[in-house]
Amino acid sequence: MQVIANAIKKRALELLADGTVARVLGWQPGEQQSDWSPALFESADDMKDFVYGKYAGANLSKTCLKFNKAEGKTLVVLKPCDALSFNQLLKEHRLNRDKFYIIGAGCKGMEDENGLLLKCQCCKGKTFEVFDEVIDDEESRRLPPSDRFEQVARLEKMTHQERFDFWRSELSRCIRCNACRNVCPACTCQKCVFDNPDSGVAAKANTTDFEENMFHIIRAFHVAGRCTDCGECSRVCPQHIPLHLLNRKFIKDIDELYGDYQAGIGEEERTPLTTYTKTDADPGVVHERGNE
Amino acid sequence: MRKFAASQAESIIRSIPMPVYLPVEKEGLVEYARYEEGVKLALDTCKTEKSPKDVLFPQWEDLMHFRVEGKNITLTEQERCSQDYVLFGARACDIRAFKVLDKVFLADPVDTYYAARRQHGIIVAMACGEPLDSCFCGVFGVDPAEPEADVILWKVGEEYYADSRTEKGKKLLDSWPTQPAEEAPVKAAKADIAKKLDSKPFAHLNLKGFDGDHMKELFASPKWKQLSLACLGCGSCTFACPTCQCYDIRDYDTGHGVQRYRCWDSCMYSDFTLMAAGTPRPTQLERYRQRFMHKLVYFPANNDGMYSCVGCGRCVRKCPMNLNIVKVIKALGEGNK
Amino acid sequence: MPVTEKNWTPKIVAFCCNWCSYAGADLAGSGRLSYPADIKIIRVPCSCRVNPLFILRAFERGADGVIICGCHPGDCHYTSGNYYARRRMTLLFSMLDYLGIERGRTRVEWVSAAEGGKFSNTMNEFARTITELGENRKLGDLRCK
Repeated sequence: MQVIANAIKKRALELLADGTVARVLGWQPGEQQSDWSPALFESADDMKDFVYGKYAGANLSKTCLKFNKAEGKTLVVLKPCDALSFNQLLKEHRLNRDKFYIIGAGCKGMEDENGLLLKCQCCKGKTFEVFDEVIDDEESRRLPPSDRFEQVARLEKMTHQERFDFWRSELSRCIRCNACRNVCPACTCQKCVFDNPDSGVAAKANTTDFEENMFHIIRAFHVAGRCTDCGECSRVCPQHIPLHLLNRKFIKDIDELYGDYQAGIGEEERTPLTTYTKTDADPGVVHERGNE
Repeated sequence: MRKFAASQAESIIRSIPMPVYLPVEKEGLVEYARYEEGVKLALDTCKTEKSPKDVLFPQWEDLMHFRVEGKNITLTEQERCSQDYVLFGARACDIRAFKVLDKVFLADPVDTYYAARRQHGIIVAMACGEPLDSCFCGVFGVDPAEPEADVILWKVGEEYYADSRTEKGKKLLDSWPTQPAEEAPVKAAKADIAKKLDSKPFAHLNLKGFDGDHMKELFASPKWKQLSLACLGCGSCTFACPTCQCYDIRDYDTGHGVQRYRCWDSCMYSDFTLMAAGTPRPTQLERYRQRFMHKLVYFPANNDGMYSCVGCGRCVRKCPMNLNIVKVIKALGEGNK
Repeated sequence: MPVTEKNWTPKIVAFCCNWCSYAGADLAGSGRLSYPADIKIIRVPCSCRVNPLFILRAFERGADGVIICGCHPGDCHYTSGNYYARRRMTLLFSMLDYLGIERGRTRVEWVSAAEGGKFSNTMNEFARTITELGENRKLGDLRCK
């Protein structure tokens, strides 16, 4: 990864020097080995702190929103999964393609102090959906085999009560810190329904188990069809709740009922929930699937 | 000085005739919970996921209920805590944090909900045997071997040595089946803890420059831009922090009345103390700056130099983007350049 | 049998689209076809007006079952509203099922303005299903009791 990192740094310095970009979005190292943070570099001098490597797990596409109206272009380093989120934001007209110079960075799997990130255990692909140039190598293009929906399928096979108990034990830990919502590139509402006192569901704490359930059902629903499965929600949860299992359930359902779909690909702006066919399954199909 | 076998700890806890809150392991995560039969004790865990601040200042609590029936409104006020309880196995950093909370909640006008819980609590502390790499309590004057509690426990080998420091602590300790013990093993344990803490990476952070005199200079520092860039504005740091104490009061329409409750709030949220005219901290930079200026400058300036950080290191472990108070201290502190 | 309070009767919320199913309900009324009084009808302009939050809120406030009635696919007064509703509700019900909420508590039925009989039969059947399932304990809010 060091070779890729050096090449990215070199290219970024060149683009800063010739004025193509006004700033660079990348990572800087932390105090310990794995605590890198996303960082902004505005000059060649700043760039001496720039790093890229196996601790660059954060998805920078949402941070780009801060620079969408900034002066000049911003260079952003995106991994293949980040590029999907970026493209989805482009399709939703939240980001202006002209304001960004994208370097697609080859990725061999991201880690934190506990090892390979959960999201990297089911890598979706190593191709870049959107980029200005790609800096990778053969090893980073290799895709390890994985079954993204294995855990979802396992949950679907459980009985109702088992599923209810599983989700109660997971969601009861939720402290409504909103990290999952804030990091999600698909959650970009100017005013979230959960922050809007007029909506009737705004709350800063889960005072009942109903609210614990509701927040997550509704959040997963609001991003359904637009979620690129970048896995950031689960990575950031301070209470280690496997939130990706909710989003992947929606993706699995969409794949099975309406045809394989991956958000963030191509230019079609319509998502599965903003389109229809005349022969879609009726909601009664839920009764025929899985375990009672 | 008294002592008892570590294997006896659970039976002692079970015999305490009042609710006991202690670190419990559930699905791999250790949190404070009330003791019941069958829970998995985790007394040797250095750092719980969230702090025991919940015990004194829960994430949410009802303040009062209104029930509307026709033209009649009945108001039911929430009872204050009236039963003694024990907080078992708390660590020095978290206990020092209670002193920070006291400065806020016990100042005039006294928060009666907090005051009642504070008064009825008996704290049995655990001295830390194995500080983590993210620990830096010593920087803020906290001694992990001498928590400011009613009873202190030190683990030496397979025994807990116990000593009381207050009247109510002595009363509790006297009710346990313990044997007399020597002071020497505890002295050795304390020296060992001090040495371990000193070898941790953040043990020698320099707090020079974080005081009221440098407030304007720190406030205007250009470094906040880089420090706050990745901040998501979530509440993870706030909720994990043992000294954060801001709360919101909300009214919930139950359909037949109102539930008035208070819940933790975070200054990182965009709608924190939102007023009709908007917010004085419009971007994440101002909010990020506010949190750390409060902890390192404003609070000590208003509270005789007591910092609103105890060096527990939870923010170091919890922040999804790896931002934390250590990075702020190193970037802005004079002695760390 | 799930444990229920004495004298419990199911509380059901029915979201009916104005043009077809509400008219169908009206027809059931004029035809004196009976269906349980526990069913509270909320009229919406189209079945796709129904936001997942409405369904969850109904459960929160004490509903034991929620049914959404709309025009038959292809006959939506607004041309395509019910197609969107169909997708949305399928995914939502699947998610509720995934979280362990009993399947029978939610339903979508297409009822036209001429189908008074179908409306009353559907409501009777749904009320029976909910009575069997018992009180909603998994998705209720104790504060609202």
